[in-house]
Amino acid sequence: MLRARSRLRRVLIEGSSLVLVVALLVWSLTPVYNMLLIALDPDEGDIEFEGIIWPPNPSLHSFHAVVTQGYWLVEDFWRQFGNSFFIGLMTMFLTVLIGSLASFALGRTRLRQSWLLGNAPLVTYAVPTSFLVIPFTRLMASYDLSNTLWAIVAANVTFAAPYAILILRQYATLIPIELDQAAWVDGASPVQVYRRIYLPLMTPALAAVGTFALLLAWNEYVYQYVLLSSTRNMTVAVAIAQFFNSDEAPLNYMMAAALIYSLPPIVIFYALRRYMAAGLTRGALKG
Amino acid sequence: MSSVQQVLAAGPGALNRLRRSVWRRPRHGPELAWAIAFVAPYAAVFLAFVVYPIAYGLWMARDPSLYRELIANPLYAQTVVNTALFVGLGVNVKMFLALLLSGFFMRRRWWIKALLPVYILPWALPSIPAFVSFHWMLIGEEGFVDSVLSAVLGIGGPLWFRDRWLALGSNIVAYIWKWMPFWTLTFYAGRTAIPQEIYEAAAVDGASGYRRFAHVILPLLGNLYLVCTLLSTLWTIGDFTTVSLVSEGAPSYSTDVLATLGIHYAFEGAQPALGVAAVMSALPVLIPIVILLMRALQTRETQL
Repeated sequence: MLRARSRLRRVLIEGSSLVLVVALLVWSLTPVYNMLLIALDPDEGDIEFEGIIWPPNPSLHSFHAVVTQGYWLVEDFWRQFGNSFFIGLMTMFLTVLIGSLASFALGRTRLRQSWLLGNAPLVTYAVPTSFLVIPFTRLMASYDLSNTLWAIVAANVTFAAPYAILILRQYATLIPIELDQAAWVDGASPVQVYRRIYLPLMTPALAAVGTFALLLAWNEYVYQYVLLSSTRNMTVAVAIAQFFNSDEAPLNYMMAAALIYSLPPIVIFYALRRYMAAGLTRGALKG
Repeated sequence: MSSVQQVLAAGPGALNRLRRSVWRRPRHGPELAWAIAFVAPYAAVFLAFVVYPIAYGLWMARDPSLYRELIANPLYAQTVVNTALFVGLGVNVKMFLALLLSGFFMRRRWWIKALLPVYILPWALPSIPAFVSFHWMLIGEEGFVDSVLSAVLGIGGPLWFRDRWLALGSNIVAYIWKWMPFWTLTFYAGRTAIPQEIYEAAAVDGASGYRRFAHVILPLLGNLYLVCTLLSTLWTIGDFTTVSLVSEGAPSYSTDVLATLGIHYAFEGAQPALGVAAVMSALPVLIPIVILLMRALQTRETQL
């Protein structure tokens, strides 16, 4: 009797968790499927999608047009793709560099006693970046960085660095400070401790923070939208938004461009995923 | 979980106590000058791109008449309500579901493990393509959602962006879709850091299901949950992308949030000062959240 009930219970649990798995699959994949559905449509121009839930005659025509830059809205596609890459990689690199230097100073040197310095980066989030975009445009004009990719990198690093410092400082508490002290005793310079001890041991957290910065740059839209005006300096994100705002633009090209644009972060993300869990995680639980 | 990980997860507290006693009186630490040199790059970023723009923004929006103009405009009040709903519902529903789902992903079944990479896809997918896709999915009869509704259930779906509440709901759902995986991963990471013995001890004491959640998981993950919710709230109040691409503020600006309204004013309405004033009016909410966040991080450090 008792055993039968516990078996029924187990079947119920397994059954409902299977249902949840299917529901989550549908939930996660529907918007991606919708993109494919539109991108695979062979017709240029306005598309009739009423009642269509799978492509009637799929075609890779739109992907071909985007890859060969065969339409006026995508004529600078690869250049814009390169711009997105430049912004993403620079944001990643600078966030990891600046964040690791700052977290080293704030977590492993005498400055670690300073409550004020430790919390200052969080002030950045008191005014969310999209709010700052208006003064930021004025500012970029005065720094002579209007309509340059560096302006976007600066904005991204500004926003990614506080979170990076937070995660890195937490992770760093896992590295025994006795290691540093042993190195000091042996006469190592701070730069050596940073390069030989801190960086290698922090690898998982650095990968996590780097991925975060890259995805932030790839997700970012408002600064690119406001600051980049010329087609040559534009990024794919802005180009897609241009499609979106123009009435006669073929949707299948837009979705094809969007899908191609989505590939790099997905590839990089899954390549670094192994580290992600470890990086975000540890230190997360103290307290 | 390997034994190394367990030691890592359980270790820091002990290490920290040890370290603190040694480190209170700094001995062989690097010179202060070196420490300052290490912070200098971030300090430069902070001064040039945080302090200066904030000061500049406050200076732009210094005229009290701007705020009178804002409050006199019914659109502003509506936008404040939208922002509160978007952030309040979006963040809390997302965080709570993420916390529950992180527990689900802890289950040792291969098909749950296999789901994880797919489940994380929305976070890896850039937001512009994702939200553009949401927009076209919900565009009306032409959209995928209504097409499915009519093909499967034989009913005509609504015009999502013609109704304020449906449009606002669409924004919130798209937002949750995009960001839930990131926080699920964070909580998942937090849960894997809980030593297995704690679960076992709880199981021996007969705690399972709800009781384990309330008496084991919540106390251990409570502070992490608080920190993440506060961070996410700050980020979401400034979210421009979701609303500007999913509903585009439709119908007729009735689903705008402060971030999109400010940018409408500044760049389409050519009233930058009014735009800055609109977004700066959120400061009375943002500053207490930042202070709470600092305190939550502080207690975490002292409890180590």
